[in-house]
Amino acid sequence: MNTNIVEIDNLSFGYKGRLLHKGINMVFPRGKVVAIMGGSGSGKTTLLRLIGGQIKPSKGKVRVDGEVVHEQDRDGIYKLRRKMGMLFQHGALFTDLSVFDNVAFPMRELTNLPESMIRDLVLMKLNAVGLRGAYNFMPTELSGGMARRVALARAVALDPNIIMYDEPFAGLDPISMGVICDLIRSLNDALGATSIIVSHDVKETFLIADYVYFVANGEVAAEGTPHDLMQSTLPFVHQFVHGEKDGPVPFHYPASNYQAELLGHKSAK
Amino acid sequence: MIKSKLLNSLTRTLSGIGYRMIERIWRLGAGARLFFLTIFYSGESFKRFHLTLREIYFTGVMSLLIIVVSAFFVGMVLALQGYNTLQKYGSSEAIGVLVALSLVRELGPVVTALLFAGRAGTAITAEIGLMKTTEQLSAMEMMAVNPIARVIAPRFWAGVISMPILATLFSMVGILGGYIVAVPLIGVDDGAFWSQMQANVDFRLDIVNGLIKSLVFGVACTMIALFEGFDAPPTAEGVSRATTRTVVISSLTVLALDFVLTSFMLVI
Repeated sequence: MNTNIVEIDNLSFGYKGRLLHKGINMVFPRGKVVAIMGGSGSGKTTLLRLIGGQIKPSKGKVRVDGEVVHEQDRDGIYKLRRKMGMLFQHGALFTDLSVFDNVAFPMRELTNLPESMIRDLVLMKLNAVGLRGAYNFMPTELSGGMARRVALARAVALDPNIIMYDEPFAGLDPISMGVICDLIRSLNDALGATSIIVSHDVKETFLIADYVYFVANGEVAAEGTPHDLMQSTLPFVHQFVHGEKDGPVPFHYPASNYQAELLGHKSAK
Repeated sequence: MIKSKLLNSLTRTLSGIGYRMIERIWRLGAGARLFFLTIFYSGESFKRFHLTLREIYFTGVMSLLIIVVSAFFVGMVLALQGYNTLQKYGSSEAIGVLVALSLVRELGPVVTALLFAGRAGTAITAEIGLMKTTEQLSAMEMMAVNPIARVIAPRFWAGVISMPILATLFSMVGILGGYIVAVPLIGVDDGAFWSQMQANVDFRLDIVNGLIKSLVFGVACTMIALFEGFDAPPTAEGVSRATTRTVVISSLTVLALDFVLTSFMLVI
């Protein structure tokens, strides 16, 4: 068995004439928590969509469990996706279904399990995320953190081999962040799964990730363990990890000379 | 200088027209593709009929109030206006025929479709558009559940099943409204009202043709609503524009299809 469950091999992707990824290489070993980090618009979420087969690369290959994702037909992609679970940024819960029905959804749709077994499994998943008591709430009655946890329970409903997280810490209070952090690690270890986290929350991600890729300008700018990256002297990594205002990623968006623009405006008047 | 400005302006206008035309043809193709995929993946809607039944409740049953109230007023107005004209020619006893034929052949299917587009069509578009905006459709895709089979097809068949039933109810309630104005209020003979209607309304030529029209309108209005929601940009503005487009395009399509179908039916 290949030690890597996901492999990205010389991947290039772009749209509307703009190349987002140029020759990216990444591996995701089985059983590990791997993070993809980078600034806004660097193509982190796009990488998740490429792994999930929602979009096709322009060049290169994405392999999941040895299968090239974009060479599969519809049935093949759905077969691969049954090995995956995904937590979307805002949860993406089905608003017309209760918490219980949301978590039961993949079981009802993809298995022939009897309702009594589905009930037990759903309660176990909800208990794992601490929300068994909220099973009959509707998504509109949940706080942001609670909705994220229900979405996580749904993502692991069928015990997937790969769990993908798209900005799991975005918009959460510190307590909820800590809870999600702990759940990602504990669920990964309990299920023996591989977790791929897309995030730009350095503190939380570095607490739980085994390996981190930094993406910038369409390439892997840096990679390593959280400890290595904290010590890194690479200017981009240093600016990102320590949250510095200015550096390789400039504060000012490119513009013409400030004085000339102001004076030019006044003389035109 | 003026010549080149003129040329630039003309070039921009022509390319703008070309771009809009290409976009509309592309959308027509995408809509046709969604229609064929919906039919192809419709098995789920019938194997798990409770999914379709749920949508029949939301599109059909929830539209009953507006259909019934509108039908009642339309029938009453038809009777009033019809009597106003018929009594000049001494044919006021034909008021029942006038009301029934107008409703069964035209107003029942057309007005029902227009009301359906405004009420249920916009609801479907907004719901699908919001599901897209909140990534619910993507979540379904990532769970290896086909959103066309699970979400689009049940709503399509719910609209197709509901429309002829609603159109029939519209015609029935409209005739009742016409009866209430014509007989107790105006004083047309009760027997004449019903017997003339029975003698002059043909089952195949009038009622069945009306049902065929409502079925075709059901397919058109529901598919337009579904496509606009499915294709809407995932933003608040995108969803709002999609719901407006649903009403406008559905209404124009229904009126155009009505002309085409009526032409064919009159020839046959």
